[in-house]
Amino acid sequence: MAASRRQRLGLWLVLCTCLLTAAAAVDADNDDVQVSGTGHDNAAGGPTVPPGTGEQGAGRTPETEDRRWEATQEEVEVVEEVQQAGDQDQDRVVDPPSEPPSRDDFKEELVIRPLHSGDVYASFQFRTVWDTDFLGGHKVSHYRLFPKSLGQVITKFSVRELHISFTQGYWRTMQWGQPYLPSPPGAELWVWFQDTVTDVDGTWKELTNVLSGIFCASLNFIDSTNTVQPSASFKPLGIGNVTDHRFLRYATLPREIVCTENLTPWKKLLPCGSKAGLSVLLKSEKLFHSTFHSQAVHVRPVCQDPHCKTTSLELRQTLNVVFDLHTSGQGKREWSLFKMFSRTLTEACPLASSSKVYIDVTDNPQGEQFDLSPATPLLSQAGVLGDRRTYSVYDLTQQATFGPTRSLNTLLRWKSPEGDMQGPLLHSERYVAGYGLQTGEIHTLMYNNHPYRAFPVLLLSTVPWYLRLYIHTLTVTSKGKDNKPSYIHYQPSKDRERPHLLEMLLQLPPNSVTEVTVEFERALLKWTEYTPDPNHGFYVGSSVISALVPSVVAMDTNSTLERPLFNSFFPCKEETSYFMRIYTEPLLVNLPTPDFSMPYNVICLTCTVVAVGYGSLYNLLTRTFQVEEPSPGLAKRIANVIRRMRGVPPL
Amino acid sequence: MGLLSDPNRRRALIGMLTRLNAPICLVCYMAGVAWFMGLAFEPFTLRTYMSENAMGSTMVEERFPSGEAALATGREFAAHKKKAGGMPVDWLVRTMQSKGLEVFTQRFSRKLPFPDENKERYMVKGYNVYGILRAPRAPRTEALVLSAPCSPGNDNNQAVGLLLGLAQYFRSQIYWAKDIIFLVNEHDLIGMQAWLEGYHHTNTTGMDWSPLQGRGGSIQAALSLELSSDVVTSLDLVLEGLNGQLPNLDLANLFYAFCQKIGVLCTIQGKLPRNDWDTTSGYSHAVQTMMLMVLKQASGRPWGDHGLFLRYHIEAASIKGVNSFRQYKTDATTVGRLMEGMYRKLNNLLERLHQSYFFYLMPSLSRFVSIGYYMPAFGLLAVILLLRALDLWVQLSSPPTRTEDDGTEVVPSSPGVLSILTPLVISHLTGVALYTLPILSQETAVEHFPVSETEAVVLTAIAIYTAGLALPHNTHRLLSGEGTEQGWKVLKLVAVLYLAVLLGCTALINFSLGFILALTLVPLAAFITPHVPKALSAFLMVVLSPGCTLLFAVFFFQELQETPVSVQEGWMLFLSVISQGILDHALYGSLVYPLVALLVYPCWLLFWNILFWK
Repeated sequence: MAASRRQRLGLWLVLCTCLLTAAAAVDADNDDVQVSGTGHDNAAGGPTVPPGTGEQGAGRTPETEDRRWEATQEEVEVVEEVQQAGDQDQDRVVDPPSEPPSRDDFKEELVIRPLHSGDVYASFQFRTVWDTDFLGGHKVSHYRLFPKSLGQVITKFSVRELHISFTQGYWRTMQWGQPYLPSPPGAELWVWFQDTVTDVDGTWKELTNVLSGIFCASLNFIDSTNTVQPSASFKPLGIGNVTDHRFLRYATLPREIVCTENLTPWKKLLPCGSKAGLSVLLKSEKLFHSTFHSQAVHVRPVCQDPHCKTTSLELRQTLNVVFDLHTSGQGKREWSLFKMFSRTLTEACPLASSSKVYIDVTDNPQGEQFDLSPATPLLSQAGVLGDRRTYSVYDLTQQATFGPTRSLNTLLRWKSPEGDMQGPLLHSERYVAGYGLQTGEIHTLMYNNHPYRAFPVLLLSTVPWYLRLYIHTLTVTSKGKDNKPSYIHYQPSKDRERPHLLEMLLQLPPNSVTEVTVEFERALLKWTEYTPDPNHGFYVGSSVISALVPSVVAMDTNSTLERPLFNSFFPCKEETSYFMRIYTEPLLVNLPTPDFSMPYNVICLTCTVVAVGYGSLYNLLTRTFQVEEPSPGLAKRIANVIRRMRGVPPL
Repeated sequence: MGLLSDPNRRRALIGMLTRLNAPICLVCYMAGVAWFMGLAFEPFTLRTYMSENAMGSTMVEERFPSGEAALATGREFAAHKKKAGGMPVDWLVRTMQSKGLEVFTQRFSRKLPFPDENKERYMVKGYNVYGILRAPRAPRTEALVLSAPCSPGNDNNQAVGLLLGLAQYFRSQIYWAKDIIFLVNEHDLIGMQAWLEGYHHTNTTGMDWSPLQGRGGSIQAALSLELSSDVVTSLDLVLEGLNGQLPNLDLANLFYAFCQKIGVLCTIQGKLPRNDWDTTSGYSHAVQTMMLMVLKQASGRPWGDHGLFLRYHIEAASIKGVNSFRQYKTDATTVGRLMEGMYRKLNNLLERLHQSYFFYLMPSLSRFVSIGYYMPAFGLLAVILLLRALDLWVQLSSPPTRTEDDGTEVVPSSPGVLSILTPLVISHLTGVALYTLPILSQETAVEHFPVSETEAVVLTAIAIYTAGLALPHNTHRLLSGEGTEQGWKVLKLVAVLYLAVLLGCTALINFSLGFILALTLVPLAAFITPHVPKALSAFLMVVLSPGCTLLFAVFFFQELQETPVSVQEGWMLFLSVISQGILDHALYGSLVYPLVALLVYPCWLLFWNILFWK
């Protein structure tokens, strides 16, 4: 018993430390230019600003501002010179002597993965890396490729890492396999603040409101009732050794609808906007005529070089979209860029140091599954999500890619109708059981489809306070037996203040289904707390399952190597396993709802019943009734007085 | 209420109520029945209207083109069904997959408590096959269900064909906001019960099913399609579900609106709407339609595959294609367009259907009677019980009368608790026996008598029911002394109030059942005393007992359906209805049988006891 517990504890430690140390040596895949200068902060123009000036910046005198502006003007030219030099020869490492004040670099990438169901998955990644030290609290006022709106937010609120995603639809792991970057339906926001922040909750509140404005989304609905501080599930993805989850805030809005109004501000953050490069494909009429749409922004500090002496700020904008065979594809297994996006590619973004299109041809080594045209000689191999995948690569910075027509319209045409898909190793399912409006039960099922290896998962579920979890009914079973979690972190809810938070570390036995059930009671809300559409139901956000899944091939742990962008987000520490995060379905739960449509009737009826029925009944029941004697005449009263004086009984 | 506070006026009022008790009761009864009959009169009813704004009049287009292809699929399904001798699971899975659905199967098995002779089944094993059309860019939180039963023989092949055709057409549309689940269920309601229990992970009736692998979140609405011919003359809407539950009236409105729009003849209870409400025949047509609904609702059994959805708060209805000898025919494409229109409207729903009525009666598809209109009819009957109770109370609490002959006060011995409790307990024990013994003793009965299990169960039930009639003798044997005048009055007071509460609660849940029971039990409860002529009263009581009510209801129902039966057939039907009632309780959790056996019948026995009070 003790041994098994130790073993489980060990597994937990492995998982945690993996996540932690992973952060310490994050991929520094900015291969082209490596700046090792330590004193470049001073060169970054103007006086060195002490920490915490983000808040003081507003009170700065105009003279200082002017000086800073002049200083940065000079710096721009330097930056551009260096940029040009870098563009000419990408592989050359620029040596410190020329010492650019702050370098930034932009890469863009599109990955297309044809899916076995006949659908097609397109994933855009845009990465801007800026060699500047935001985190030191230096005031930065010149922006080139990095969007200023985000930069200011990050400085002002002392944000170490920011991850925000907007998703419309649910990723179908069973049909589509793993996405490159998972995200839950609706909006998700998680932020690591720097340890200098004192009032984390206040900063978080302000930050959500500012982001709400930037992304034109309802992030301002994030408040204490849907914010949690997970203790283990969301470790920093960038460099940094802060693991105190007091500085972490995590919130989801499962009801958030994503549409063009969110896409436009997202596109504005790109250096080329939607004018050139891959982003010309991002036309909303096609992107929202899809089965799955997800856009995200990730900001994190990364290493500048393998030694990780200094850090850079990385902004990663991703957009994932799945086009459906039957609705978008008219039932034909034939996909082209034009059919997907109603545009073709004609040029790379001029500001990008790399601009590539990858097409996953792993299942098509000899071209027996589908035709790919135009053919490309460039092939790239990478260990992605525990599997070795092969990609055809189109480099948009090469003019030859576009051919004589000066446009690239990649065409995929299937030969055989269907291929077999290897099921995902880990997938999950979640639903509400029971009927009636009093109680219910949340079931979370996790499938480990690996034939012989068990692996650990961290399950995080956040449940709003109006579903009162009966934590004593929590059961975890695998293969019909109790599966005791080796770590449980449970924070009970407080009505109208904070949600339930349940985190568990579980070991999933090989080839098994693990079921986590917990019963709940539905609360009756105050009448002003109901949403305008109470009969629609109330949402419970997705559970998050973070896992270290055994890998089929040896994973590449050298994070400094050049890798495609889609493969360099989650750090990888072990060769034998890879990190994976999946989200379950959100739940829609009906609460007991009064009939709001007839308040007038209710008031009238209640008043009548109370006034007439209850009032008089109460009256009848509480009073005692006596028959009143008619009062005696005057003569009789006098006679009685006399009789009393005589001691004779009265008349 | 000053009226009651003033003792003199109160005395006067009570005096009047006791003096005129019988006439008032009679008037109330007549008024209640008249009110009920008036409900079907068109000027007194409301026209149906769509309450849900999200399903406003005609905002969707119906373009379903491929009715013929759907019928061909239906024929293919029929061939595979014949070959497989049941549900062609593999073929259905393949077909649904080829249409782009996520397909799952569920296996279930159920051993019935006794063989069902109507449907000839005892050990039921089967499969449900369902395909989920995942709505684009929707997070699997809401779903709609379209189901078609895989019936034995040649029934409902067209329904399955049309279901598959609709699935294919729906799959290529982008506008879906809710997942749509296409379900083909075997063994009609048993399969549906297994599927619903699997979907909601509950087990209320001890059925054995394999867990479902795919779900679509909370189900908002469901339609069940039954179609057995290539063309139909009309479509019939079935609303009555388990325990008399009805779907939201907006679902009926939606069906009616699309029938009007597309030009399909639509019926409810198989009766076409008529416009001649001012003629006698028009009125009687409306009464017949409404009475059919009342009888079906009172039976408490699901009248279509949709009936079991209602327990899970899912609005559901069945649509049955009827092919009669009329000239005007509707083809499968039109039926498909009707379904498409309804699903597009349901897809537009922002909230569950909740705006319109859940309690209503329909004298025709375009007219309805809401709970506010029909409840007074029941109220008028129920008030009789309260008046009688008041009368008895006054009699019991009035000062003892001086007897003239000897001038001494007769102090009536207050009846002991035992004299009331004994009949109460014994009659309820009889009820428990009626509820449990038929199923428990079927094996013994089959061993000793030359009957089948089903007959054994039904005949045991009838035997226990009849044996209850001998109860007064047994009760008196247990009682110590003679029953007093006071005794039966107290017992009757208890029984009358008991009946009032029982009927009141029943009518709130299932108006039709409550009203029918009140119609027969209230007069009996009102007039029964030990002093009425024994033989005649006993005969009347038996005639008005719940069992005989059921027998009359069977004949009446057949009469209304225009398929009158002979006495012999009627009796056989009566027996099968009893067995169905017991089966419905065991299989789906219908509450009518336990209600009658455990509560209504013992209550009736109390009155029987009073009649034979010594």
